[in-house]
Amino acid sequence: MNVRIPPQGPRLTVKSEIEIPIGDRHETEADRRSHLPLTHPRLPRWAPALVATLAAATSTLLALTLGWGPIPWVLVGVLLTLVALPLWARAVEGSRSAKDRLVTSLVWTAFGLALVPLVSLVWEVLGNGLGVIDAEFLTYSMRNIVGEGGGIYHAMIGTLLVTGAAAVISIPIGLLTAIYLVEYGGTSRLARAITFLVDVMTGIPSIVAGLFAYALFVLFFGEGIRFGFGGAIALSLLMIPIVVRSGEEMLRLVPHDLREASYALGVPKWRTVVKVVIPTALGGIVTGVTLAVARVAGETAPLLIIAGSTDSLNLNLFGERMMTLPVYIYYSYTQPGVPAEYGQERAWGAALVLIVIVMALNLIARAIGRRYAPKTGR
Amino acid sequence: MAKSIDVSDLDIYYGDFLAVEGVSMTIPARSVTALIGPSGCGKSTFLRSLNRMHEVIPGARVEGKVVVDGQDLYSADVDPVQVRRQIGMVFQRPNPFPTMSIYDNVIAGMRLNNAKLKKAEADDAVEKSLRGANLWEEVKQRLNKPGGSLSGGQQQRLCIARAIAVEPQVLLMDEPASALDPISTSAIEDLIHDLKSDYTIVIVTHNMQQAARVSEDTAFFNIAGAGTPGRLVEMNTTRKLFSVPDDPSTEAYISGRFG
Repeated sequence: MNVRIPPQGPRLTVKSEIEIPIGDRHETEADRRSHLPLTHPRLPRWAPALVATLAAATSTLLALTLGWGPIPWVLVGVLLTLVALPLWARAVEGSRSAKDRLVTSLVWTAFGLALVPLVSLVWEVLGNGLGVIDAEFLTYSMRNIVGEGGGIYHAMIGTLLVTGAAAVISIPIGLLTAIYLVEYGGTSRLARAITFLVDVMTGIPSIVAGLFAYALFVLFFGEGIRFGFGGAIALSLLMIPIVVRSGEEMLRLVPHDLREASYALGVPKWRTVVKVVIPTALGGIVTGVTLAVARVAGETAPLLIIAGSTDSLNLNLFGERMMTLPVYIYYSYTQPGVPAEYGQERAWGAALVLIVIVMALNLIARAIGRRYAPKTGR
Repeated sequence: MAKSIDVSDLDIYYGDFLAVEGVSMTIPARSVTALIGPSGCGKSTFLRSLNRMHEVIPGARVEGKVVVDGQDLYSADVDPVQVRRQIGMVFQRPNPFPTMSIYDNVIAGMRLNNAKLKKAEADDAVEKSLRGANLWEEVKQRLNKPGGSLSGGQQQRLCIARAIAVEPQVLLMDEPASALDPISTSAIEDLIHDLKSDYTIVIVTHNMQQAARVSEDTAFFNIAGAGTPGRLVEMNTTRKLFSVPDDPSTEAYISGRFG
């Protein structure tokens, strides 16, 4: 008696185990047809935070006991989160949610990874450069300075002059090219050739732009020519394709309806472009141009070749060497002089100033973009 | 000042594709002419050829004659810009200029064509055009607000105000009410009634009740099949076309047997 019952028991349960799921599935199928299931079990809102905290605690514990460095410590924590959260979601919410949680975690991980170099760079530059910046640093050049003291006044002025001249050259050429490509070129052979050349120009290494400008001016002024305007030419070579590209994108975004509305009022094409198309795209165009300026303001290689390096302030773009911030940073760090620490400190300070200038340009671009965006508010 | 339009043997092409073939009709002055027909039959294309907006599309061209006030619009020495100043157009979707205020939108045509415009003249023109488009009472308190801040129906009436501000001879309307609700549609139709004493109006519409309500004459366009050119099947007074049409396919279309 005692021996027989156990085999029967399992057999029965096996049967019922097979039957119940099938019955269940039929039921849910029927349920689905009769009424839409709109709710399903969800993890609590704080679940990702909880998993991340637990994973961090576990990896900290492991790191402390096994004596790991910071990299395996972070890596194990992230991996634990990436595994644990989807598994928990799969158990409670189902496989679709598990995939969602996994991809969401991956995106956050990638975001964090992308932030690491940015934050560490800003941190490093702030830490090393902030102490250097004072009134003297911003208002003195390096003329007759050995060792302590001196500043970046000549390099700031040089960067502003060279970048400004590059902008003055590139913005009209770039924008007019973009206008031609969008409004007049269409699919003509010339337009396609220009588009191709602009694409090629986008890929020019900046050192090649510098060598081109140098080679160009050697033809006129002989070997060893160094002056600020040459740097502006080299930078505009890098800037024009960016301006063309962004301007083209923005002009193409202007709805064709608006052009037709203007034509239908009897407005000539050139006035339509000037008064309707460009104002509509102006916010985007200004943003693109400012970003292009910010992008070339930090170029080093071409200026090293053609603008040269000097310790003195030079306000003349067309004669003599002109210092710029990136070149200043390069020389202060590679040839700091004796004692070396003052030169290197000044390099950090100049790097901080350059970052601030570029960031200020970016912020101005955003503000202008918002200011000129077409207004739709009621 | 309104003018009639004489069209003879008009063929309209997109590149090599013949979109509309052999249209001849006379559009009378100071009245409303409706163009109806199934989608793709070329009525919008025909309408756009009446003020040379057709050629804005790359590769598009026209053969035949469109005579307004004794001048062929397609003769070699005619400036399309001048044509469009005389023959205005209102589009299917309202398209006010997004960078301009309501005020600037209305005088956009005048200001873009002739830079010198005195403040008082501009004010008068804005009020007159907005009154003409039945919009003045609704917007007079907020003329400096952006044109995009109006509702869809108001935007369409703003576009009509913009079109009549340049005082054209003819007003072409390409399904001006198709994106609007019944109340805005009725406002636009009332407006068309008011405008026809001063303007020659040609309106494309998919709504046959609308054609019957607003127009004096109606032209029915049809297409034999995909890839074949559209043709003018019949043009008659609206009353006759909707009661005893000459052509059997017109009757089939207006009675809802096809299209």
